Amino acid sequence: MELFRLTIAEAAGLISKNELTPLALTESVMGRIGALDSLVGAYITVTKDIAMEQAGRLSAGSGNSPLHGIPMAIKDNMCVKGVRTTCASKILENFIPPYESTVTTKLHEAGYCLTGKTNLDEFAMGSSTENSGFFTTKNPWDITRAPGGSSGGSAAAVAADMCIAAIGSDTGGSIRQPASFCGVVGLKPTYGLVSRFGLVAFASSLDQIGPITKTVEDAAIVLNAIAGGDNRDSTSAHNAIPDYTASMSGDLQGINLQGIKIGIPEEYFIDGMDREVEAAVRAAIGEMRRLGAEVVSIKLPHTAYAVAAYYIIATSEASSNLARYDGVKYGMRVSGSDLISTYMETRAKGFGQEVKRRIMLGTYALSSGYYDAYYKKAQQVRTLIKRDFDEAFKLVDVIATPTSPTTAFKIGEKADDPLQMYLSDIFTISVNLAGVPAISIPCGFDSGGLPVGLQLIGRHFDEAVILKAGHAYERSAGWYERRPSI
Amino acid sequence: MKIVNDYETVIGLEIHAQMSTQSKMFCGCPTRFGEEPNTQTCPVCIGMPGVLPVINKLALEFTIKTGVALGCKISPFSRFARKNYFYPDLPKGYQISQYELPICEGGFVTLLVDDDEGGERRINLTRIHMEEDAGKNIHEGAGSFSYVDLNRAGVPLMEIVSEPDIKTPKEAAAYVRKIRTILRYLKVCDGNMEEGSLRCDANVSLRPQGVKELGVKTEIKNINSFKFIEKALEYEIQRQKRILNEGGRIIQETRLWNTTTGMTESMRSKEEAHDYRYFPEPDLVPLIVDEGWIAQIRKEIPELPDDKRQRFINDYRLPPYDAEFLVAEEVAADYFEDTVRLGSNPKDVSNWMMGEMMRLAKEKGKSDVPPVMPAHLNGLIKLVADGTINLKTAKIVFEDMFNTGKSAEELVKEKGLVQISDVGQLETTVEAVITENPNETARYKAGETKLTGFFVGEVMKKTKGKANPKAVNEILRRLLG
Repeated sequence: MELFRLTIAEAAGLISKNELTPLALTESVMGRIGALDSLVGAYITVTKDIAMEQAGRLSAGSGNSPLHGIPMAIKDNMCVKGVRTTCASKILENFIPPYESTVTTKLHEAGYCLTGKTNLDEFAMGSSTENSGFFTTKNPWDITRAPGGSSGGSAAAVAADMCIAAIGSDTGGSIRQPASFCGVVGLKPTYGLVSRFGLVAFASSLDQIGPITKTVEDAAIVLNAIAGGDNRDSTSAHNAIPDYTASMSGDLQGINLQGIKIGIPEEYFIDGMDREVEAAVRAAIGEMRRLGAEVVSIKLPHTAYAVAAYYIIATSEASSNLARYDGVKYGMRVSGSDLISTYMETRAKGFGQEVKRRIMLGTYALSSGYYDAYYKKAQQVRTLIKRDFDEAFKLVDVIATPTSPTTAFKIGEKADDPLQMYLSDIFTISVNLAGVPAISIPCGFDSGGLPVGLQLIGRHFDEAVILKAGHAYERSAGWYERRPSI
Repeated sequence: MKIVNDYETVIGLEIHAQMSTQSKMFCGCPTRFGEEPNTQTCPVCIGMPGVLPVINKLALEFTIKTGVALGCKISPFSRFARKNYFYPDLPKGYQISQYELPICEGGFVTLLVDDDEGGERRINLTRIHMEEDAGKNIHEGAGSFSYVDLNRAGVPLMEIVSEPDIKTPKEAAAYVRKIRTILRYLKVCDGNMEEGSLRCDANVSLRPQGVKELGVKTEIKNINSFKFIEKALEYEIQRQKRILNEGGRIIQETRLWNTTTGMTESMRSKEEAHDYRYFPEPDLVPLIVDEGWIAQIRKEIPELPDDKRQRFINDYRLPPYDAEFLVAEEVAADYFEDTVRLGSNPKDVSNWMMGEMMRLAKEKGKSDVPPVMPAHLNGLIKLVADGTINLKTAKIVFEDMFNTGKSAEELVKEKGLVQISDVGQLETTVEAVITENPNETARYKAGETKLTGFFVGEVMKKTKGKANPKAVNEILRRLLG
């Protein structure tokens, strides 16, 4: 048996029955990384020693958390104490945090084994990992194609079985779009459900941490471990956390979507959308109807303004969040002749093109005299978009859309056209602006054999319903069984 | 050219007060002053990647308390904002402050006007908001390096902004003193200007008398003592007057007070001013303050100096000057009342405090706790009242009390300072003085009665100051008359 192919649920079952040890599983996954990562480039840092040491201390047996002994990858914008955390930026190339993020603290308590830190677009700014300051990750389905981004390393690692599951972060689609491109499951939880402490901020009001997994059930298992209020993150919610796996019995016969109302927003099926993507998503909606869901057409009227509002709010926050990388305290310093030139040289050499572009956009948007026209207006649009979702969720329980207008594009295809790149997040961005949860689930393949993603969006803090619907669809459609032949 | 000599000065002040919390504004680090550089820091106040601020609830409480005490409107909904600028002592590249929606708006303080009518001046406040302090850049030692100490980074500050209601440098200083007194009463700030716990920036402009519109203002920074508030403002007013009288225009700019030269110097003009790019702090949720909490805080506010002063005037029949002096420091007011409560006459107590106690405190260095216990001062006052010692001796005893912490009774006994009132004993001494000074005796008898003082002095010399002066006078009059 190729142990690295296991899902969390499968591995946890074997470990609890003493049929598999954390060490054997971790060895298998680390071996897979050794064999494949030179080709895929999912990891910035592989932490084999840590993973093996952690696995070695864990024993098999029942009564443990389902993440006990599960090898997992962490996107390299989350701090793990003592492990280099780069954000795929030269400016933090040698930064070793002396503190641990809340999400990895919780995973550690649940018994995970850290396989390494995965590649991303620098500071999570991008949709392809081409903006990584170090290298581009390849899509395991076709290594000439991008894995999506910014959590492209995490998604590629899961797709190529170089971890059992991974953690990503999603500011405008950075979990869901790469999950869609790589044919895996990606969940962006409700803003505030998972603590952001230790996540290096890109856009604080939009960033959210979530799982990238092989199945919906695995996403629910990881969410169970990482969700919950945190006194170190004032924006985290102190809600009661349900068991997200509750609706996921293995019984295929029992699966149905009776009583669930699914809304299809007109605005998301746009001209110029890839026809194969549309066909796959419409087929998936048909499948959910077959499972008993009621499908209705809905409106999200302010959708057209989402990308513009997003790129003002996200860049504004980023321009401020990234001010701390000044060469004074940690990270790269390029000494100039005086203070100002040290600032300028450090930031000129330390940041890549896209990061600089966004810092400039955000600085401009917040400038005196422009604030009202840009930032304030964008926040007003954000309120309208949030209201669109509030209205829609009075009528339906779930909103279904494509995750991305296309399947994975060629590496280099959009690299010189930032606007085209920004549009690849057109279906995911509104979700972050509204703060609602959404999941991307594989829903078929295009004629080139590339995976298509279905996005299911839920009410604030109603991850349970999209996980339930997603799980039912996934089991019924069976796409998760198809894996890349890498 | 028309020379206007009659300008009206318009001053507004921004006071930055460090709050006396144990921990910083957004992390748990201690706020102690004077520790080794960078030992009171953590990833949050150093601005490491991925860390988040968490509001210090006590700092919020302190600000609300101050707002309530100063008659501000406490906003039920307020929020933090980021003030963005690059500087090595600002680790995040932004300061978390408040901008559009501060926690307190409005409010005022009342100043006594230094005139004969005992009038009052009301200085209105614009707002009070919370923010975090920056660290300190240290430029010392050899080499081309500067150093950064982040111990102070993140220490909670209140910024108290006045309306441009202040008319003179003297009034500005009185305003800062008043704010300081109130903050100390509330125990929200120690008010120590030397350590930088209280700092002040001033906006100054001039306009011809009777003109409505405000003139162009300058902002003066780095005023870090009471002495310099008046000096810096006086200098700046004269500078502006000179420019205006020479037909020039005032440039809107930030100026730095140079304590060495005693001048203000241009720091940056309006064109060079930072664009702080304020926006709401996305890492903190808006502050919702409920009425119940404000009501509870209101109950915890002690008697404030204005009320206390009025009570001292009413209850103890003190002159307003005495009352104002006593309430300036709560410890002084408490000391006064503690002593009066033991039976001393209120005016006697305030006399001792304003006179000898102040003199010795100034001479021997400041101390928050008077070294003379209330019971000891009460004892001393009693000894004077019952004639055991005279006032002159009492002053000597007071100084001894101040130095040793012993009681008056103890010292009087120890040094045998009990006043000599025994007529027989005093007569013998007076007779001796008369015998020894035949010249003066003759002159006195010839009508030069002002020599009484000389004779009393001689008697005091012989009795080491212990003679009862009243008795000596009587005896002298009798024996020489």
